[in-house]
Amino acid sequence: MKKIIADREIDVNEEGYLVDFKQWDKEVCRSLAEEQGISMTERHWDVIEYLQDKYQKEEPLSIRGIKKSGVINIKEFYSLFPGGPLKKSTLIAGIPKPKSCI
Amino acid sequence: MKNVVILGAGTSGTMMANHLESTLPKKEWKITIVDQYKTHYYQPGFLFLPFDIYTTKQVKKKGAKFLPKGVNYIQEKIDLIVPENNKVLLADSRELPYDILIVATGTKTVPEEIEGMMSPKWYKNVFDFYTYEGAKALRDKFRTWEGGKLVVHITEMPIKCPVAPLEFAFLADSYFKNKGMRDKVDITFVTPLDGAFTKPRATEALHYLLEEKNIKEVTDFNIERVDYENNKIIDYAETEVEYDLLVTVPTNMGDPLLERSGLGDDLNYIPTDKATLQSIDHENIFAIGDATNLPASKAGSVAHFEAEILTENIVRYINGEELKEEFDGHANCFIETGGGKALLIDFNYTTEPVEGTFPFPGVGPLKLLKESRMNHMGKLAFRWIYWNMLLKGVPIPFVDAQMSEKGKQLEKVK
Repeated sequence: MKKIIADREIDVNEEGYLVDFKQWDKEVCRSLAEEQGISMTERHWDVIEYLQDKYQKEEPLSIRGIKKSGVINIKEFYSLFPGGPLKKSTLIAGIPKPKSCI
Repeated sequence: MKNVVILGAGTSGTMMANHLESTLPKKEWKITIVDQYKTHYYQPGFLFLPFDIYTTKQVKKKGAKFLPKGVNYIQEKIDLIVPENNKVLLADSRELPYDILIVATGTKTVPEEIEGMMSPKWYKNVFDFYTYEGAKALRDKFRTWEGGKLVVHITEMPIKCPVAPLEFAFLADSYFKNKGMRDKVDITFVTPLDGAFTKPRATEALHYLLEEKNIKEVTDFNIERVDYENNKIIDYAETEVEYDLLVTVPTNMGDPLLERSGLGDDLNYIPTDKATLQSIDHENIFAIGDATNLPASKAGSVAHFEAEILTENIVRYINGEELKEEFDGHANCFIETGGGKALLIDFNYTTEPVEGTFPFPGVGPLKLLKESRMNHMGKLAFRWIYWNMLLKGVPIPFVDAQMSEKGKQLEKVK
């Protein structure tokens, strides 16, 4: 389905996650963050970059990964993306949320 | 004489031994398989063992029975892989040179990764069911348990057979209903993901199961520690879940051998090309099953499909041909929903489980993503198929290594 994000038509799934990462850019990112009540800071961008890098390498995302990333500690991760940090940060990063097989 | 060495005689290793034994010319190739354990476990059976549906005898057999006679089987601990010298060192100081190495060392649960999980309460009121020992200890506990808060918990992803914890919760509901004590048991499913079901179509089609069985969900729960003295698990957001009986799936990691040999990633899985199954760093090392870092489910059915493709690619490698990028992440799993019913799902890297019929388009007899008794019979029949066909590398009729899109509602289901 289509959704207007940052004045553009973007393809998203039922849960609002981007289905085509190529449509992501910083404008889209800010707009997605705003919808989550988050205003992007330097630290947010660091995390987004890290997540996108993992996604492109097809490495699974987990809290353990965040812990070992050297980018951010877990307490800060929770404070930057309150209430489900992985599902919110992935949505803003334009990548799929961590999933199981069903 | 050239050597192919297979590390691990579990589901993947055993299948590869059988495939290669019937494929490679015996005069040119010697096949060796190494595993430290004598017993081969039917791991899907660990789900049924706690509920007295399977007996211990039904889930374990002597591993050597499933290996072909022409294969050299060594029961010994593996000390190190030395890719620079193309050899494997065994714990008894023997050296195995290889021309081709197949890593099939699987994945293991590591409860030590979470503070307080491995405590004096381990196998008292904190259990896993991903090991034979855990499943058996839990069976004994359940037989006399008088009820209370049962918490079924996933520590972190990825795990082997990602739906097994959910099946466990469904079977627990049935089990306590049958014992006439369901009203005394409170079942909560705790997951680091954002739901027990994480894909939109599966959520839509299946969420009713949780409501129908009165299973509570705690989502986005990333465990920090187990407070085993006060019987609660605590996550990084300070959320607490109390339990009387905790059934957890600990962190899953690849074999420490891969870490020792410098071949593993953060979780000791070996970086592997997801379409050819060749390891990323060494062209004569291949990997299969749970030992890889593939973004596919860690499950026997995936290993089964991989084995067919890996066998072909090893033949191509030997002949100096280009490897085929054929593996599509195909998985095919029965999911127990309790009460003698089950679901069937069929999916790959790019397609999520959808509704439809299987394996014959429009006919079935099995239905995808829908509960049925027939699917449950399929799940039970699978144990026989596993021991008698799958391990021996006999192709399962009508089910190809690559996923078929026929008979499936690939369009959005409304």
